[in-house]
Amino acid sequence: MTLGKLTWSAIPFDQPLPMVASSFIILGGLFALGLVTRKGWWPYLWREWLTSVDHKRIGIMYVLLALVLLLRGFVDAIMMRSQQAVAAGGALGYLPPEHYDQIFSAHGTIMIFFMAMPFMIGLMNFVVPLQLGIRDVAFPVLNAVSFWLTASGALLVNISLVIGNFARTGWLAYPPLSELQFSPDVGVDYYLWALQISGIGTLLAGINLVTTLLKMRAPGMSYMRMPVFCWTALASNVLIVAAFPILTATFGMLLLDRYVGMHFFTNDGGGNAMLYFNLIWAWGHPEVYILILPAFGVFSEVIATFSGKAIFGYRSMVMATMAICILSFMVWLHHFFTMGAGANVNAFFGIMTMIIAVPTGVKIFNWLFTLYRGRIRFEVPVLWAIGFMVTFVIGGLTGVLMAVPPADFVLHNSLFLVAHFHNVIIGGVLFGGMAGYHYWFPKAFGFTLDKRLGLVSFWCWLVGFYLAFMPLYALGLFGMTRRMHHYANPGWQPYLIVAEIGALVILGGIIATVAQLVVSIRTRQFRRDLTGDPWNGRTLEWSTASPPPHYNFAVLPTVDSLDAFWRMKQRGRLEFPGKFHPIHMPGNSPNGFVTAFFAVVTGFALIWHIWWMTIAGLACAIVTLLAFGWVERADHEISAEALAANERARLRRTDYA
Amino acid sequence: MSMHASTADAVALPSVIAAAGAGGPAPVRIVVSYGFWIFLLSDIIMFSAVFATYAVLNGQSAGGPSGRDLFELRNVGTETVCLLFSSYTCGLGSLFIERRRLSLFYAFFALTFALGATFLGLEVTEFAGMVARGAGPSRSAFLSSFFSLVGLHGTHVTVGLLWLSFTVAQVAAKGPRDFVLRRLHCFSLFWHALDIIWVAVMSLVYLMGVRA
Amino acid sequence: MSSAERLILLNATAIMLVVAVPVIVLTLAFAWWYRASNTRAAYRPDWEYSGQIELVVWSVPTMVVILLAGVAWIGSHELDPRVELHSDAKPVRIQAVSLDWKWLFIYPDQHVATVNEIFVPAGAPIEFMLTSATVMNAFFVPQLGTQIYTMPGMTTHLNLLAARVGDYPGLSSHFSGGGFSDMQFMVHAVSGPQFERWLDSTHADHPALDAESYTNLARASSNVGLQTYGNVDSMLFEYILKATAPLAPSARSEQ
Repeated sequence: MTLGKLTWSAIPFDQPLPMVASSFIILGGLFALGLVTRKGWWPYLWREWLTSVDHKRIGIMYVLLALVLLLRGFVDAIMMRSQQAVAAGGALGYLPPEHYDQIFSAHGTIMIFFMAMPFMIGLMNFVVPLQLGIRDVAFPVLNAVSFWLTASGALLVNISLVIGNFARTGWLAYPPLSELQFSPDVGVDYYLWALQISGIGTLLAGINLVTTLLKMRAPGMSYMRMPVFCWTALASNVLIVAAFPILTATFGMLLLDRYVGMHFFTNDGGGNAMLYFNLIWAWGHPEVYILILPAFGVFSEVIATFSGKAIFGYRSMVMATMAICILSFMVWLHHFFTMGAGANVNAFFGIMTMIIAVPTGVKIFNWLFTLYRGRIRFEVPVLWAIGFMVTFVIGGLTGVLMAVPPADFVLHNSLFLVAHFHNVIIGGVLFGGMAGYHYWFPKAFGFTLDKRLGLVSFWCWLVGFYLAFMPLYALGLFGMTRRMHHYANPGWQPYLIVAEIGALVILGGIIATVAQLVVSIRTRQFRRDLTGDPWNGRTLEWSTASPPPHYNFAVLPTVDSLDAFWRMKQRGRLEFPGKFHPIHMPGNSPNGFVTAFFAVVTGFALIWHIWWMTIAGLACAIVTLLAFGWVERADHEISAEALAANERARLRRTDYA
Repeated sequence: MSMHASTADAVALPSVIAAAGAGGPAPVRIVVSYGFWIFLLSDIIMFSAVFATYAVLNGQSAGGPSGRDLFELRNVGTETVCLLFSSYTCGLGSLFIERRRLSLFYAFFALTFALGATFLGLEVTEFAGMVARGAGPSRSAFLSSFFSLVGLHGTHVTVGLLWLSFTVAQVAAKGPRDFVLRRLHCFSLFWHALDIIWVAVMSLVYLMGVRA
Repeated sequence: MSSAERLILLNATAIMLVVAVPVIVLTLAFAWWYRASNTRAAYRPDWEYSGQIELVVWSVPTMVVILLAGVAWIGSHELDPRVELHSDAKPVRIQAVSLDWKWLFIYPDQHVATVNEIFVPAGAPIEFMLTSATVMNAFFVPQLGTQIYTMPGMTTHLNLLAARVGDYPGLSSHFSGGGFSDMQFMVHAVSGPQFERWLDSTHADHPALDAESYTNLARASSNVGLQTYGNVDSMLFEYILKATAPLAPSARSEQ
């Protein structure tokens, strides 16, 4: 039984950096596992989380995954910033290039695929069924499988730290550099298999949420009575369904080049690397809209709630959202204006890119006029929203700037570009994620987060972001390109030192968020959410208990307007339902967890060319699929009496509030 | 099944609202079919990316054989007849199981399997022949894109045949229960979609490749 | 960057700031004025639509985009890398090849070549033909203008002009592997006579660059410093194109 290419030399015993990093992760993981074992939490964890098909639990696990991977991706960022802060003039810094190149590749891969995506998908998973007034998504078991496949991808990327190495190609692995000829080691294979596996999970999640949003809403909830967050979730998931298959196909082709010697993107045999650029960005541009649209939805909910006003211009918000969805497929070439496609092609795509600024601008104006004549309560989520509005305008401006092809000719691949996309991803996606995290935390766990530490986190992120990225705009204008391990011009160094300081301020924000969670859990009895509606919300999730019972609604609400819960409160229509009927809920399933286990085994085996393990892993995964597919999903019934008892108990708790 | 519509959740609503999909969650049968449709659309997009690749790379024979040298239209014709006819038999089988005429269902699904397997056999033979003549997928970009496009379709057919067997076994073991019928319906959607993709493959790859 | 690109950047930024600055100011102003503790501020909880505002919020961004679209269309055509530049001086042709990890610059008309430095007469149009001998790179001299990708087996085109005498640093702006950060070079724009003198000295006592010495040069290395070649095979660029992207699949070592 050979182990393919895997030998002891795959573990970098002679390199302190990955050894220290892996020890951290391994010891941390062992500590967590040991704690769980000692406290006897395994049955609880297995029953309530690992085999759960409840969208609320899955959503929480997605967000948890995102926050953990935020730490890993941020450590990469700090290392990059420190390296660049010292490697000026003739100095070579402290990171050898073969590590630096892996670090920036891992940073981008982790932040996009294993931080931003799970964060947004987690929020959508948790919130959408509650806002739609239903009990779960269309395919709960598939939902669990999606999450665990995403986690498998994250695990594989982190295994590359200990065994072997990661890609040294940047986060998109452009050929010919990513082909076997120039990247013969396992790094690119780790990248490709991790993303193929998690990509399947994401695609399935997209199918699940599109079906849920289009076919399963509470009685009376027509499309124009859906909350804005649901509209942005719909647009985002439509984009997932439309774009991720392109990613799967493209990575599949690169894998065929590397494993079977085909010639899609190779230098020889007629391969065409430009084809990869077109395919990957045909996925890549919709991807960034997949990330930002749910964040826009969060901001719509948060700004409306904390202004005590309906969202301004609901109709045009919906139209703008769907316009952004469609337009995002027509702009991909702006990522490679400098490939030499010619003036007509460049100008066309540049103009299409600018056109997206119109619906985006409409959204910003609508948020502005939601604030106008509102009564704004400065809770943490709305601070993130206001911070977003200011920051995103700047990021959007620099984006439209680079959409002018001759401007891009001198800014492409510079630190100006890096500053732009961090501007919109941090200012947009991350701020939206943090706002949503703080906003919906009490719904998920039954108590609010500590406000003071939330403010510390917000201000550190805001100030840190500007310190870290404004200097990069300047450096891009001075001609500094991205991904430089060292640079000759010492005049650039002061800017990079300021950027490093900014990163450290952001680190303060991250520490504050972790501290906030710990402190909030410790002192939760002082911040319990007994009514289920801590923020005086407008949408249906706030009509349930915090946390909601696993069936969400004992009786599905009948909706007759937008902001259904707000209308109910205005009319005083919160009476106790007269009659309950028994309901059926899907039972737990280990399908997701088991599938993921075999996915990791198969992925690892493929990476190291351990063919017998590949076949075994794949066979087990197929058998798992067939075994679970053979039987009907096990559901359990909740009797009308149990529902009535639950609801009465909740009423008593609320009365005491 | 209260995840989806049930009489318990039925509410009297104006017909306009109900018609706009707001009569409450749809029945599980509809939800499952709809979700599978969305999956099929995503699969078609994946094929589109591979078709686009073929369009870009099909001129790059790298000094090796091109479509004109390799494609045998008679073979393609036989494959097409098998696959399209198998869709017909699949459709008939589905109708029969809806009317609970199980022996006819088994017969027509067996025929579907046989036709699909014939298609696959012919295709595998074609591929093996090309590889033996040194026209394998690693010979040139054209051949890489050809093998991957036609091969992707063939892989889907293979998965379809496995799924078909599994479903027939389920019917035999559990009878035409609701959940079995729902999944059977998804299978037939899948099988028909493969037909549509084959028509595109046949036209864009074989018919145009032979002329070029 | 060149003055044309700088002008576009400034114009486009100014146009957008006309909208962006008021939006940012209003965001902060509204957030402050309409804070809950300010009882003087009006509160209209059900005000959620205004046709006039809708008209403005759709038309203002649209007008900005139309304006910028014009800038983009005209600028894309005028500043396209393939557009030939004209001046009184005779153009200089340079064939640029990105290697791992250095730049080779061939002067096909003068039959000389350099590594990691370019000499040109100031004011003369430079007509670049570019390719890569390995992976994708990008040729970029920030102070002179546009960058352009270099791609194996393919030729891209770029036209630059250094109006004033001086030294202009250049680099690769597309990540290409371990020695990427060392792919730095210098463009020396010199006076006409100085250029001629440089050419003469190069012809005189520098080694030849043919297929064999090129193979030595092409081996992976960084920090090679500056090199000059006095006698360059005129078919070298074509040779590099074919060798990098051979038609037939080349044998690769098994994994």
